Amino acid sequence: MRELSLNVMDVAQNSVRANAGLVTITVTESDKSDSLTISIADDGCGMTEEQVSQVIDPFFTTRTTRKVGLGVPLFKLSAEQTGGSFDIKSELGKGTVTTASYVKSHVDMTPLGDINSTVSILIRCNPDIDFVFTRTTDKGSFTLDTRELRVVLEGVPLDTPDVLEWIEQYLKENTENIYGGAEL
Amino acid sequence: MKSLAELKAIRDRARAEIDLRKENPNAARVLVGMATCGIAAGARPVLNAFVEEIAKRGLTEDITVTQTGCIGICQYEPVVEIEIPGEDKVTYVKVAPEMVPKIVNDHLVNKNVVTEYTIGAISK
Repeated sequence: MRELSLNVMDVAQNSVRANAGLVTITVTESDKSDSLTISIADDGCGMTEEQVSQVIDPFFTTRTTRKVGLGVPLFKLSAEQTGGSFDIKSELGKGTVTTASYVKSHVDMTPLGDINSTVSILIRCNPDIDFVFTRTTDKGSFTLDTRELRVVLEGVPLDTPDVLEWIEQYLKENTENIYGGAEL
Repeated sequence: MKSLAELKAIRDRARAEIDLRKENPNAARVLVGMATCGIAAGARPVLNAFVEEIAKRGLTEDITVTQTGCIGICQYEPVVEIEIPGEDKVTYVKVAPEMVPKIVNDHLVNKNVVTEYTIGAISK
């Protein structure tokens, strides 16, 4: 994967296939602590302890649980190769939380990439699922919660082109805010 | 900054558009393939170009622009289908935003299909 945002899209698709109603994506970045943490939490069907141990093993997983494949091992590798850590917590019937932590300055750090595009495409392709996206830097934080948007939209679908345009602009403006503009 | 008030305005506009569609059964339809394949191939700027061109010409009551899923010809994305009541459906393939004004002008307004952009011309 060239960008971590593609890993996020990949793993978030697992949540979609697990029949999640709510997917929470959190990206927390800090130059001060030289860290980046990505967490993807869902309220989907979840996994047994045995399945969890299988999904992080690429060779065992690909043969037994097709629907997971290499996505999770690649995500895990991307974090561990920077000296970071990776964790999956899952409970059958409750959902799954996947967390990857990175050491930002490490030479093997993959760039985060266009995470906003990942979020807007996930919303576009799954307008019936709710997404909560929170992005935090040393300069601040913002959240996009489709449940709040639905209250305002009163039945107008999230995948209406104008609504999607609004979401994209919202993400863009808020991202500029917490990066101070210079880095974009 | 994008505000929720702005989102409310979008909601009201979207509702008005839906009402308009109900009132005008003779409206032509522009269907842009917006599945993952279409999006990856650049369907979004194409859809935006249609919306802009149609708004510019004041044709929003006569033509509706909507999105559709993957119709199975991903290698030809972005794919745009045009349905005019009483006429055969036309499928344009590998559509770029620069091609949109010609499609709107020639096909939707003057009812002349832009043959060189259609799937029949490209897949030969």
